[in-house]
Amino acid sequence: MSRDQFAFVRKHMLPEAPPPATQTGAIKWLRENLFSSPGNALLTIVSAYVVLQIIISTAPWFLNGVWESPSLSACREILDGKVGGCFAVLTERWNQLLFGFKYPSELYWRPGLAFLLLFIAAAPVLFAKVFPRKMLIFTGLYPFIAYWLIWGGSLMVPVFALLGVLVGAFVYSRMVTVNAGVAVIVAFVAALIFWILSGYVTASMENVLAIEAVASRDMGGFMINLMLGVVCVSLSLPLGILLALGRQSSMPIIKWICVVFIEFIRGVPLITLLFVANVVLAYFLPPGTNFDLILRVIIMITMFSSAYIAEVIRGGLAALPRGQYEAADSLGLDYAQAMQLIILPQALKISIPGIVNVAVGLFKDTTLVSVISMFDIVGMIRGPILASSEWNGVYWELFGFACVLFFITCYGISQYSQWLERQLRTDHR
Amino acid sequence: MAAQTQMKVSDQVAVEISKMNKWYGAFHVLRDIDLTVYQGERIVIAGPSGSGKSTLIRCINALEEHQKGSITVDGTLLSNDLKNIDKIRSEVGMVFQHFNLFPHLTIMENCTLAPIWVRKTPKKEAEEVAMHFLEKVKIPEQANKYPGQLSGGQQQRVAIARSLCMRPRIMLFDEPTSALDPEMISEVLDTMIQLAEEGMTMLCVTHEMGFARKVANRVIFMDQGQIVEQNEPEEFFNNPQSDRTKLFLSQILGH
Repeated sequence: MSRDQFAFVRKHMLPEAPPPATQTGAIKWLRENLFSSPGNALLTIVSAYVVLQIIISTAPWFLNGVWESPSLSACREILDGKVGGCFAVLTERWNQLLFGFKYPSELYWRPGLAFLLLFIAAAPVLFAKVFPRKMLIFTGLYPFIAYWLIWGGSLMVPVFALLGVLVGAFVYSRMVTVNAGVAVIVAFVAALIFWILSGYVTASMENVLAIEAVASRDMGGFMINLMLGVVCVSLSLPLGILLALGRQSSMPIIKWICVVFIEFIRGVPLITLLFVANVVLAYFLPPGTNFDLILRVIIMITMFSSAYIAEVIRGGLAALPRGQYEAADSLGLDYAQAMQLIILPQALKISIPGIVNVAVGLFKDTTLVSVISMFDIVGMIRGPILASSEWNGVYWELFGFACVLFFITCYGISQYSQWLERQLRTDHR
Repeated sequence: MAAQTQMKVSDQVAVEISKMNKWYGAFHVLRDIDLTVYQGERIVIAGPSGSGKSTLIRCINALEEHQKGSITVDGTLLSNDLKNIDKIRSEVGMVFQHFNLFPHLTIMENCTLAPIWVRKTPKKEAEEVAMHFLEKVKIPEQANKYPGQLSGGQQQRVAIARSLCMRPRIMLFDEPTSALDPEMISEVLDTMIQLAEEGMTMLCVTHEMGFARKVANRVIFMDQGQIVEQNEPEEFFNNPQSDRTKLFLSQILGH
């Protein structure tokens, strides 16, 4: 082999060139994805046949569906032997499915309004880049407004609850320079004292600026599922973060409290916790105390999901390279700053799929409250609606409707989280 | 030698380490380290891997805890007091082997974060300072990009700028060029040389012996957690005393 055979010097560099223009469009897509080989072509044809059969057999049930009818027997008469769904149960019991059977019908607008305001309150949190930061003020006020709208009663109750939060925040801002941990505890105690004291004040002001009150036991339907879902998710996320950080803490007492809490709650089925909330808790409370059932359920579900979220976030924290902690430390950031600015934004981003997993699971698990005789949407269907003489025997339409409601919500959450992940990507852009 | 004599060394002590010992569990990583660094000194620490050289400089800003002896940085004794540690860390800059930029923040935010939150500098002023140092490391045009979009050499220069934005009095370099492609090493070294010429006190753990010859006024050789030899670079390279140093130099300068 002589030197002439391989010696080479490039005279000019090649310019960038576009990729070759091969065939494009629908036919290429079909060929690549559906008919790339005889086996795949066969599979495509078989699946198309199956899909077609499903459509043919279910379409009449939807198309012949009866939407106006006072009862199942009347509906069957209208159908006259044809295959068809009795969707009339949905239109006839619409309000019961959404609000339960005891919520005063002339007040339906109040939870309805609270539901609409929820979107305004959630917007600046979910889409921080689109909406102005000032809207967060409304987000902060929303829980108190929503409480007042749904439960009614004196305006003073939510106002004093809000004042208690402000007292806590004020104490915290005064104490935080001394020690952040102590500040949190003292602020919490201060708020608690304020709330207990203000309980006596509001008790005497029952009729001040009052709107008609609705008791917790009168609430039901999908409203309860939404309330529990929204409240518990938004409470368990910050609680889960604290538990995850606590579990990593170098202070043994804090660490062990968090470990025991997480391991205990994760080792117990949610349904037993709900029974505890419903029955057992009453034994421990002084007789005559009226500790709201919905509040008890909120506490239990929040504890349950925060333990799961804590573990998901711990996974995110563990996935961060050690160098991120060291870089934050080497710049002189203190623990709170390093967590808030460097560690948590990255760890939470990694944890998004896991957090959404827990949130969706939590939202669907709110139907478990039907077991402790609360009339959420499943409780309404299994109880008052199916037990009524008019609609005894309508299963597919009712449970299908519940499925659709849950699917829309959960699919929405899932789509949002995927969008958020794309937004937070900062590499290769 | 010409470059070295230009750079003056004061007799003010920047870092004072005396009888410092460190263990990882039962493993004795650092043994009786005594080291005095003067303001404006440029020290290169060399040695085989596992000799404790990274651990030594990581003890100076308390990324690693030492168990015995004392470290005094700029007159502040390093103890378990968190306030002292944060004070020392804000005056000691550190550059890591793997850059450790914050990937979720832009280059500008990386540089302004600590001045804004630790030094309480107004945002606008912090951005001006950051821009000044980004110009100095010659990448002002990348200010609004994210670290993931930059090359390794550029990321390391940002990391240097990020440390400088805190106006540190001492800079620690932990193998700053070891994770870089050969073509990018020189751009980082140029930045470090420039910094040395301005009189920054520097402690560099590095295998770049050319850099050591050029800018260091002291080379420290470590092995098995101890300082084996230290000397001026000229003497160190041309006339090493201990056998261990001779072996090390023959291995890294052998080809």
